[in-house]
Amino acid sequence: MATKKTKSSIRPLRPGSGWTYAPAPESAAIARIDEQYELFIDGKWQKPSGGSYFDSINPANEKKLYRAALANEKDVEKAVTAARKAFDKYWKKMPPAERGKYIFRVARLMQEQARELSIMETLDGGKPIRESRDFDVPMACNHFFYYAGWADKLEYAFPNRTPKPIGVAAQITPWNFPLLMAAWKIAPALATGNTIVLKPAETTSLTTLKLASIIQEADLPPGVVNIITGAGNTGAALVRHPGINKIAFTGSTAVGKLIQQETASSNKKLTLELGGKAANIIFSDAPIDQAVEGVVNGIFFNQGHVCCAGSRVYVQESIAPIFLQKLKDRMATLLVGDPMDKNTDIGAINSAEQLEKINYYIRLGKKEGSLHYENTATLPKKGFYCRPTLFTKVAQSSRLAQEEIFGPVLAILTFRTEDEVIEKANNTPYGLSAGVWTDKGSRIFNMSKRLKAGVVWANSYNLFDPTSPFGGYKESGYGREGGLHGLSPYVTF
Amino acid sequence: MKKPQNRISVLKTYKLYIGGQFPRTESGRSIAALDAKGNKIANLCMASRKDGREAIVAARAALGGWNQRAANNRGQILYRIAEMLEARKDQFIAELQLQGLSRVAALAETNGAIDRWIYYAGWCDKYQALFSTVNPVASSHYNFSVCEPMGVVTIFAPTSPLLGLTSVLAPCLAGGNTAVVIADEKRSLCAISLAEVLNSSDVPGGVVNILTGSKAELLPWLAEHRDVNALVYTERDPATLSSLRTRATGNLKRVIHWPYTNWSLNKAQSPHLIMDLQEIKTTWHPIQQITGSGASY
Repeated sequence: MATKKTKSSIRPLRPGSGWTYAPAPESAAIARIDEQYELFIDGKWQKPSGGSYFDSINPANEKKLYRAALANEKDVEKAVTAARKAFDKYWKKMPPAERGKYIFRVARLMQEQARELSIMETLDGGKPIRESRDFDVPMACNHFFYYAGWADKLEYAFPNRTPKPIGVAAQITPWNFPLLMAAWKIAPALATGNTIVLKPAETTSLTTLKLASIIQEADLPPGVVNIITGAGNTGAALVRHPGINKIAFTGSTAVGKLIQQETASSNKKLTLELGGKAANIIFSDAPIDQAVEGVVNGIFFNQGHVCCAGSRVYVQESIAPIFLQKLKDRMATLLVGDPMDKNTDIGAINSAEQLEKINYYIRLGKKEGSLHYENTATLPKKGFYCRPTLFTKVAQSSRLAQEEIFGPVLAILTFRTEDEVIEKANNTPYGLSAGVWTDKGSRIFNMSKRLKAGVVWANSYNLFDPTSPFGGYKESGYGREGGLHGLSPYVTF
Repeated sequence: MKKPQNRISVLKTYKLYIGGQFPRTESGRSIAALDAKGNKIANLCMASRKDGREAIVAARAALGGWNQRAANNRGQILYRIAEMLEARKDQFIAELQLQGLSRVAALAETNGAIDRWIYYAGWCDKYQALFSTVNPVASSHYNFSVCEPMGVVTIFAPTSPLLGLTSVLAPCLAGGNTAVVIADEKRSLCAISLAEVLNSSDVPGGVVNILTGSKAELLPWLAEHRDVNALVYTERDPATLSSLRTRATGNLKRVIHWPYTNWSLNKAQSPHLIMDLQEIKTTWHPIQQITGSGASY
């Protein structure tokens, strides 16, 4: 009887209802953060030619963390020239096995400094230390380790073809997984013999700059990897530079389209990893408690700043009431607050700007008449925070169900039949990922085949691995990162 | 005036090929197909933007059925195309000669096309095994990546009127995509005759749609249409390529450039061309861990 209210005799585990957590902060002391960072060009730290710097704050408390150099067109020119020189002089001539050994060395040095990288990532970006420590950093290390091994085996990856490096790769990374995205970009590009100019997002340069010092420590030939910091203008100058042969961009669909237009008349090879609005589909026979965990992980992992976030849940009508109740109960237990606390589930929103965007969508959802529910956590006074939020009574055409919010905001929709949910799930310009929860194996494979998405998680969500290709269909971009297929964007024949 | 013959030969009307039918262009316009000396051979349909839209609708409707067909069955159909082409070889040779090719060149063009259909017929159920992967992820999951067709592909056909056309169409179909083809402007008779072959080879209606007319006129509409997944361009004009890439950004169509100059070479056929029109889809599935049992079977 779906209409009957189920009343649990077990007291929900909820902060403030008797059970409390003592603070368990990670120490920030081991992160050696400089007051000021320069540009990493040609193996040296170089001052920006315009002499300007920009501040980066800790979004958890709004305190200034460091300042980074603002690269202008002259700096881009220097970096591209250094990368070209390194390509011609060292990197393309080096025996591939030796190239691989450099990359292995980077992986090892990162592992040795893993905790410092995790702390830096959390301080700079606001994500919970539990995630940076257990996910971002180890995954980034493994990515280098994985692609290092490919360097001298590339001819096996392309049957009957001889892969060659493309040349100088321009890489632009987003702020949601700064170090991991740098690893996704740098590791395959180096393994295939390209040299690099990489620009991290302006709110989160820290771990990429730390990675530059690790690359320096690994003694890579100068200019093979160049890191320049700055905002959109720096990125635009990099994309436009005629000395670039390849562009790899991760970010918003709008900017991705601009880059495709900008480079239309050039022969720069382009790969784009863009936005998403993934459907997470719960059938009535799903293991419901696992599905609730999966939905929570799907949308609240990294504050929802995930391009493949499961931001639309489609739950089969017959189990919608019980599913919703269990989901709300689970959401109520989520700890929102200090990202450096080891118990924190939801950390700080990356920037004031992003918080405003999320709040805009929450106001919009309320205005459109969708039902709003949020966790009741007390938010810290300083810093950018957002409670885990869900909306029910969301129309398929609602902007909450169509647009990428990039925050901890979940839209819940319902369905009756398999055909209906496939139609609804695919009814978006995006096609990055999807989730399917059901006990029936044949249904999983049918759904997996018919969902237009680059990654499908069955009875699971938000899983990543260096060996597993990731990337989208449709307006979520093109090209794959990870695995054997992740080599193709960086080779020519 | 020539002396009247005993029997008047029946001339062929060249029409478009959309959704398995041979309609005239809705615009009622025509362009002249010319022989090598500039004499008119036939009136060809000058397809309009609306014909293009109809073709895309037909290609979209046919996509599900085509890509869900057994790979083996797609292979049989591609092989059947070769059989039908072989049977009508003389017609194609004559048509190519009429359009200015020498007898030797026409024969090579036709034989090359037949063999190319057979080459790709054989790939239909094999490229998946070469390019799909099972990925050894660190967690307890079964993880695999498979190839899937991009969907509706618009092809701006090469100037090689039969072999070139076949060389771009066959990998597209072998991979389970459906196509809207804009035939080469100068020599498009063979494209429409090929449609007749496709129509009698169990290729479902809508899987291939062929338009004749002005490439320059059709290109902007087809490149911007939001229900097309990929564009294939085969010439070397940088301005056209740039225009295609720019116009494709609306829905981020994949723009594939195959600038082969000689389609008769062996290197102009490859499973990598099939892969250029494929997406990679990765599926994760948990593997049960029976912890505590201590068994190591």
